[in-house]
Amino acid sequence: MSDTRPTTSDVTAAPDAHEVRGQRIVLEGVTKRYPGQETPAVDDVSLEIPAGEIVMFVGPSGCGKTTMLKMINRLIEPTSGRILIGDDEVTHRDPDELRRHVGYVIQGAGLFPHLTVAKNIALVPGLLGWDKERTAERVREMLDIVNLDPDEYADRYPRELSGGQQQRVGVARALAADPPVLLMDEPFGAVDPLTRQRLQDELLRLQEELRKTIVFVTHDFDEAVKLGDRIAILEVGSRVAQYDTPEAILAEPANDFVAGFIGHGAALKQLTLTRVRDVDLHEAAVAHVGDDPATAIAAAEALGREHVIVLDRADRPLRWLSLRELNRPGALSTVSRDDDLEAVTLGSTLNDALDSMLTSSHGVVVVTGRRGRYEGVVRIETVMGAMQALHTGAHASGRAVR
Amino acid sequence: MSLWEYVQDRWSLLSFQSYQHLSLVVQSLLIATVVALALACLAYRSQRVSELALSVSSVGLTLPSFALFGILIAFIPNGIVISVAALAFYGTLPILRNAVVGLSRVDPGLVESARGMGMSRTATLVRLEIPLAWPVIVTGVRISAQMLMGIAAIAAYASGPGLGSFIFSGLSRIGGANATNSAWAGTLAIVVLAIGLDLVLNLLGRLTTSRGIRV
Repeated sequence: MSDTRPTTSDVTAAPDAHEVRGQRIVLEGVTKRYPGQETPAVDDVSLEIPAGEIVMFVGPSGCGKTTMLKMINRLIEPTSGRILIGDDEVTHRDPDELRRHVGYVIQGAGLFPHLTVAKNIALVPGLLGWDKERTAERVREMLDIVNLDPDEYADRYPRELSGGQQQRVGVARALAADPPVLLMDEPFGAVDPLTRQRLQDELLRLQEELRKTIVFVTHDFDEAVKLGDRIAILEVGSRVAQYDTPEAILAEPANDFVAGFIGHGAALKQLTLTRVRDVDLHEAAVAHVGDDPATAIAAAEALGREHVIVLDRADRPLRWLSLRELNRPGALSTVSRDDDLEAVTLGSTLNDALDSMLTSSHGVVVVTGRRGRYEGVVRIETVMGAMQALHTGAHASGRAVR
Repeated sequence: MSLWEYVQDRWSLLSFQSYQHLSLVVQSLLIATVVALALACLAYRSQRVSELALSVSSVGLTLPSFALFGILIAFIPNGIVISVAALAFYGTLPILRNAVVGLSRVDPGLVESARGMGMSRTATLVRLEIPLAWPVIVTGVRISAQMLMGIAAIAAYASGPGLGSFIFSGLSRIGGANATNSAWAGTLAIVVLAIGLDLVLNLLGRLTTSRGIRV
């Protein structure tokens, strides 16, 4: 065994290089048996998780998915079988040393309440003996990556953050030492649906940049379909009922258990497979802060619209204004940001877009792209159209199978 | 002679004994804190040992301090050693109780998250669990301090140092000249010291508790 050196030096040699790819994880005949229990919690599971992919462990509660995850970083020791990260067998490494190179995010983020955000993120770099300057630089970089302004948030304490912000710091902390592998245990389970959707979008955006190997445990099948490159559907005892891409699982469930787990309305679930970037966006009537309201009204009327989306100077949407509101003098000289403005990103699913439309009072939802810039809107007709198309598609393929 | 005149008259002795009293309490408190923390760190991971520690603490506090001094006199000749040993014993109990409770109430999710990041057991204890249990531990230290202030008066019975000598000599001469004044002066001095020490400990506690968990 060439022990753990190569991995260690790889990671610490290039901490800032975004192109560092994840490492594959291999489970071979992994079993976990608790003393005094007849049936094993995890029963002879073999699975390969390819490098740089997001693999979702999904299944009913008590199926052993969390146990499986915790065996990868040895918070739980397997009774038998082998687990490899890259080419290293995890049981041959010192557990503490191993865990410093495996990111770990839990529900509620698990931030240390007595440490500031910056010190929380600096924990693992500190354990790895990074010097102060490098750590401080890394902390700022990580806060930037998870969309939190370092100047504003670095010195705050966890209790001064919202649940969603805490979860973002949790992700930043797990990624601080640039581990090739990230384990996430129902990380977004404790936040409200809207925040969850945003965090999911952000994770996908992050992953585009970082290409880590991510193992993500959830009981929410929609979340699995949205985030996963592959999904492992687990039955009790962590027996793998099906391990495949979301598309393949939705199109051809392997057995009744999987079909039951997907539930009814598989066609509706397919909405989760379609991203906002896959459909045609519409143009809304647009105005900028400081424009002449009369021009904006004329433009809106030419398009036959009753509302105008106002953007700031960096093209980020601020709020919807009705034509009546625009008629007030100075309507566009100062426009405040509507904190409840419903918006989705290009990576969001049509399901998210539909949700947002239902909660907002408009039949459309704003789409933002890089750096929160306005890209267009999705209309309810677009979602209905996509649903119709998926439905006919699913029907056709269903008949083909039968 | 009024109490005020008595205090003025005996000021040098009274202030010297107050200093001795305070010094006895603070030193015993330091020993008690170290011992209690060490015991709590050994005990808190096992529920059984924790329960044992809690019941020892309750039973220990019911021991009459007067009796304990009496027993110790039979074994230890030196009054100062007796006083420190007895006070350290009593002082340990509330701190031990609070430390065990504080440490075992740390969110297990946080501990797991610390372990998951690769912090060793010791690092988890020193950098996560003790800081989070700290406000509860400090409360235990303050309870101990108040208690020791009172018990330290009994040290005079074992010819130890402190303000107990004023109280005992007053009580033994009831009806005699200045007997009441002597007992009152000793008692009031103890109350003043106790309030002062509590203020200092409260301030120290606040200064050593992270702003992130301060109430």
